Amino acid sequence: MSKGIRGPEGRYGWLFVTPAIVIIGVFLVLPILLALYVSLSNWNGLGSPLGNSSFVGGANYSKVLVESGLAQRDFGTAIRNNLYYVLLVVPLQTALSLFLAVQVNRRLLKGRGFFRTAFYFPSVTSSIAITTIFIFLFTSSGAVNQVIGWFGVQGPNWFSNPSGIFSGVTGGIPGKGPLGLDWAAWFSGPSVAMCVLIILAIFTTSGTFMLLFLAALQNVGEEIEDAASVDGAGAFRKFFSVTLPMLKPTLFTVLTLGLIGTWQVFDQIYLTGGGDPGKTTLTPAFLAYDTSFYNLKWGQGAAIAFVLFGIIVALTLLQRWILRDRDLGASGVRRQKRALARLMRDAAAGAKR
Amino acid sequence: MKYRKWGAALLAVGVVAGLGACASGGGDSSGETKELSILIGTSGDAETQAVQSAADAWAKDNNAKVEVVVASDLTQQLSQGFAGGDAPDLFYMSWDQFATYAQNGYLDAYAADLPNAADFYPALTDTFTYDGTFTCAPKDFSTLGLIINTDKWAAAGLTDADIPTDWDSLEAAATKLTTADTVGLSFGLEYARAGVFMNQAGGQLVDGDKAVADSPENLAGLQYIQKLHDEGVLKWPSEVDAGWSGEALGAGKAAMVIEGPWIKGIAGDFPDTKYASYELPAGPAGKSTFTFTNCWGIPANSDTRDAAVSLVEYLTADAQQLAFGDAFGVLPSTEGAAATYAEAHPENAAFVAGNDYAVSPVNFAGSATVVSDFNAQLANLAGGDAKAILASFQESLQAALDEANGN
Repeated sequence: MSKGIRGPEGRYGWLFVTPAIVIIGVFLVLPILLALYVSLSNWNGLGSPLGNSSFVGGANYSKVLVESGLAQRDFGTAIRNNLYYVLLVVPLQTALSLFLAVQVNRRLLKGRGFFRTAFYFPSVTSSIAITTIFIFLFTSSGAVNQVIGWFGVQGPNWFSNPSGIFSGVTGGIPGKGPLGLDWAAWFSGPSVAMCVLIILAIFTTSGTFMLLFLAALQNVGEEIEDAASVDGAGAFRKFFSVTLPMLKPTLFTVLTLGLIGTWQVFDQIYLTGGGDPGKTTLTPAFLAYDTSFYNLKWGQGAAIAFVLFGIIVALTLLQRWILRDRDLGASGVRRQKRALARLMRDAAAGAKR
Repeated sequence: MKYRKWGAALLAVGVVAGLGACASGGGDSSGETKELSILIGTSGDAETQAVQSAADAWAKDNNAKVEVVVASDLTQQLSQGFAGGDAPDLFYMSWDQFATYAQNGYLDAYAADLPNAADFYPALTDTFTYDGTFTCAPKDFSTLGLIINTDKWAAAGLTDADIPTDWDSLEAAATKLTTADTVGLSFGLEYARAGVFMNQAGGQLVDGDKAVADSPENLAGLQYIQKLHDEGVLKWPSEVDAGWSGEALGAGKAAMVIEGPWIKGIAGDFPDTKYASYELPAGPAGKSTFTFTNCWGIPANSDTRDAAVSLVEYLTADAQQLAFGDAFGVLPSTEGAAATYAEAHPENAAFVAGNDYAVSPVNFAGSATVVSDFNAQLANLAGGDAKAILASFQESLQAALDEANGN
């Protein structure tokens, strides 16, 4: 390499990024590598993992994933709970935040600032505080049940009701599913208690994502919307065919952030009793913590954390693949063909006249 | 220009070095004065102050300084301390975590050498014996009793002759006490309460190296609970909007609860509630209650072990235990002190009497996970299948037992 006028700049470059590299390395990369080692070891939490443990290969992973027993069933239960949580929270919070963003983006709306603040407010409040308030709201004689009571309905004892919301329909499904759980348990749906946490998550996070959508909406130029109006597009057509496609990068961000956040739900679980009622709010993140800190099976806890990591990465890649930029999907090709046929017909009709 | 560049480089190096220095701060201080830290999970200010003043009294005579740290989450903070090589010199070790800690080599087995090792209740010594070695000294104990709201009792027209002595009279009393806004009996649905009924029916969980949780006796215990709940004379605290049954008792939402001497703590929130404690009614197989206890844990290979042992000796001496009993209602763990305590505190005599036949809740390395799974399944007891719950408990318990025994 010839030493030109920019010769020593490379060296300085390295020098200046050294602090960042050191900090990231020490506080991020090394701990992750150490946790990976712990998940493959029999460390019992006494002293440093290096030197106080031996390598046991995939034993911790097989305990959680393969060997039938309490560890596997707990993990299966946690995955079941979290799966329903993700399936309900991610689409609903995305839809709600998009809806709110579109509403507060309308120029005709009076008091837009107020609404933006109001919708965003739950997001800046600590999740611990909001969860505590929810616990009070949803006690058996709490505000929510009082309001339901006005309509003559006796509300459930939300946070201590372990029955799944579909269990009345799916309770009879026979057979044993994966991870040591019966199929009936897999299909029982989220418990009533978990539903409250789902509502809580949608309520708190939709404000944050509303902000992301709002920023993206403001980048959609007015002239594009006007052009669509001139072409004769109605409000719905304009939204689904013009605005939404232009929001696709933001949609991807919101879905990804939602997916990652919902698979890692922890503080709400910690506060509502660590899986109570009946382990129906247990999540893998909490299970990893509980296994490590309370049962001193640190290897198994780390293994759960890495399986969770794998799930998140796999789902993110899947979602990226689904939302990839395509020239035209099958339905797009059909739609294009129809449009072309219509144009030809109109043109032919015009020529005749 | 050149100077400025080197200045920036120097600054960068300085920042890194400074961060490094922060990490290695807080080295060991060696000197004449010994410094000890005690990590406790406290029931309230009274307990914290009592422990602190006892520790200060010991420290004065032993040229030491003792810091009492109140844990917000004892188990988690202990785990962090041990993993970081910075465990407290002395800590509350709960009975349900004890075997797990002992099995993993966390604890120093000092208790057998204490001069007062023979004075403790045998049941308590058993609880803290791992692998044949009496490991840590029980700091006190609590048993479960039947706590009755005396005003509600009188209002229902009941007298001392009606104090429940068996399951039938308990059911009768609970039925009479149940009104529109008060339930007759309330307790948290968990092994630590339901297990008493199972034991009163003659059920055990472990027999040698076999789990026997799915016995008909255990089933009878759970079915009795189901029956009371079906009749509406028993409700879980969450059903009457209480965090725990003590709160239900204090607020007048429950007339009888099953709790321990810590019920004293409700005086702060409900000073006007009058209650009295009695021994638990006997089941078909006789009387039974659970005894819960913490011990004073000392970490293995601790530098301050000798000082900590001396402190434990001071804290478990009869005089000091009686002082703790006066301060925050725990029962002394030595037989001599407990007898004195029962005379001085007749209101808690029933709890001391209970220890004559009390059993320890199941406790072996790894049992905590199984018990918490059982607790989770108990959430489905009302209207559920008690037999299936016990069958699942049996399976997990046997698996955990085999693992603990190294099979």
